[in-house]
Amino acid sequence: MIQLRGLNKTYQMGGQPLHALRDLDMDIQTGEYVSVMGPSGSGKSTLLNMLGLLDRPDSGSYHINGIATEQLVEEQRAALRRDNIGFIFQAFHLIGRLNAFENVELPMVLAGETTRARREAVEHVLQLVGLLDRKHHRPGQLSGGQLQRVAIARAIVMKPRILLADEPTGNLDQSSGRDIVNVLENLNSEGITLVVVTHDGNLGQRAQRRVRMVDGQIVEDERHAPG
Amino acid sequence: MRLADQLRFNWQVFSGNALRTGLLLLAVAIGVASVVMLTSVGEGARRYIDREFSSLGNRLIVVFPGRNETVGGRPPLFGNSPRDLTLDDADALARIPSIGAIAPIIAGTTIISRDNRSREAMVMGSGRGFFAVRQMTVSQGQIFPERANTDALSICVLGAELKHELFGNNRAVGEWVRVGERRMRVTGVLADTGESFGIDMSNLVLIPVKTAEQLFNSPGLFRVIMELKEGADENLAKQRIYQVIRERHDGEDDITIVTQDSMLESFNNILTALTLAIGAIGAISLLVAGILIMNISLISVSQRRAEIGLLKAIGASRNQVRQLFLGESMLLVCLGIVAGIAFAYGAVFLVRQLYPVFPLMPPWWAVPAAAATALAAGLVFSWLPAKRAAGVDPVLAMRGVLQ
Ligand SMILES: Nc1ncnc2c1ncn2[C@@H]1O[C@H](COP(=O)(O)OP(=O)(O)O)[C@@H](O)[C@H]1O
Ligand SMILES: [Mg+2]
Repeated sequence: MIQLRGLNKTYQMGGQPLHALRDLDMDIQTGEYVSVMGPSGSGKSTLLNMLGLLDRPDSGSYHINGIATEQLVEEQRAALRRDNIGFIFQAFHLIGRLNAFENVELPMVLAGETTRARREAVEHVLQLVGLLDRKHHRPGQLSGGQLQRVAIARAIVMKPRILLADEPTGNLDQSSGRDIVNVLENLNSEGITLVVVTHDGNLGQRAQRRVRMVDGQIVEDERHAPG
Repeated sequence: MRLADQLRFNWQVFSGNALRTGLLLLAVAIGVASVVMLTSVGEGARRYIDREFSSLGNRLIVVFPGRNETVGGRPPLFGNSPRDLTLDDADALARIPSIGAIAPIIAGTTIISRDNRSREAMVMGSGRGFFAVRQMTVSQGQIFPERANTDALSICVLGAELKHELFGNNRAVGEWVRVGERRMRVTGVLADTGESFGIDMSNLVLIPVKTAEQLFNSPGLFRVIMELKEGADENLAKQRIYQVIRERHDGEDDITIVTQDSMLESFNNILTALTLAIGAIGAISLLVAGILIMNISLISVSQRRAEIGLLKAIGASRNQVRQLFLGESMLLVCLGIVAGIAFAYGAVFLVRQLYPVFPLMPPWWAVPAAAATALAAGLVFSWLPAKRAAGVDPVLAMRGVLQ
């Protein structure tokens, strides 16, 4: 479903070009569980932002379900992102003035869904991440693990087919981190395509497909049997 | 995004930044209120004059000698210098059926003295009709007798202040004063009514018109003031006046007629223009409010970069972000408009309670004009911040930002 071909992204750092992505090719099938590992600065986040249509490559092509995304205008990319992709960040990125319910509901609000459809979907995903009883709590009243679970609920409330997580456990203690991984893996087992960028070798080893990046290139791409 | 959802989203931003929101609201409210209140003053002045005119009760027509060229009419014929308006002309005008009281006036200044006190004063020569058309009465003595209309009697009526200067608290009626070269007996003192149509009545000497003719050695009238009889048509009366003058001036209607209604109309025009002008000055404060909105919005956009990045990451498009930020400013402006109008009306009400004499009142257009200006300023000045917000790069905005 995802096809990357010859992707390049260069940043100018003090006059010198810095290749964040270098002629990168990659295919991801529906329902895959992919971990992306590699040293800091190797281009993992840049790759994830490309996959999430947040960033545009300098050259190369990116197809989702046969759609050539580089030919889409900004509005179309936003709609495609909204309907197909869920993001989870290391820093949660919840809006502090909104409670858990309102944060989770936000993608549906932006999509213009009715209040009724929103309530149903939001309560369903909050139930899924085990936070239905905290729906009226503001981010300031929740723990790190709870915050990330709210963020996951928000990422899946639009029923996306792809879930992109950038260091989802990076700000969490071990047990909260394990909870989050469980939630993500459960979602994957129900068919969602999951791409997780991580530093954590243990977490990376859990994926069936393990990609290793160095200097903007994929240097290892292993597939393992599930389990 | 639905409108109700957007309003709720904006509202949540406001309640999370109560101080900032309150200050911006105040700025807009002050701007709107100042437009409404300033124009109320202008409109109040207009209404005040309107009321003063209608409180006169009588409808006046004033005839001046000479044609007012700016009014139009035929160009002057060769060798035709403007003719004087004479007492005989006034007598002829008095016979027009729709004309009631009539006051031919000869005016000038001269020295008036009594014993060792003397001063310059404005002298008006007229008849009994003057008291009727100007609705003047005397506080002491009598107004002119009937004979003052036709004879050069040596009598005068003094304005209240002039009487005080010449006589102090002593009785003036029956005493003699010197007006120019001539000794005259004081027969009355005007009741103090202050100014009337720009002439200070309390510093005036009134003498019979024939006496004035001799005193100033001129047969030309300064003007003739007439009262239109009740129910009489003003335009018909004007036509009759022109006709009478033409018959007496060899076919020339070389006079200018000013009616109270036309005077009122020009006052109205002037004051409406003035009201517009001060309204525009008030609108400057709306401009200031707009600039304030722009500044604070720019700061707010840079503070909320991570939030904007997130909104984009969860599917908000450039246009949606722009709309969200424009909507935020416009909602603020709308709230400010409501607050400003409420405040202005409250203030107008209060002033009216305190000074019931002055009919303070916003003109009908003040509220729509102030609201439209505020909305326009809000839109213009939040355009740049909204554009900035829409252009935020989500990758940069969220990179390494911890909550
Ligand atoms: N906006 C940017 N400007 C300059 N350099 C950038 C920018 N974004 C990323 N980079 C650089 O690109 C490289 C890849 O970054 P990133 O994808 O964030 O790496 P990773 O997530 O693997 O740590 C890094 O060297 C980083 O410094
Ligand atoms: Mg990274």
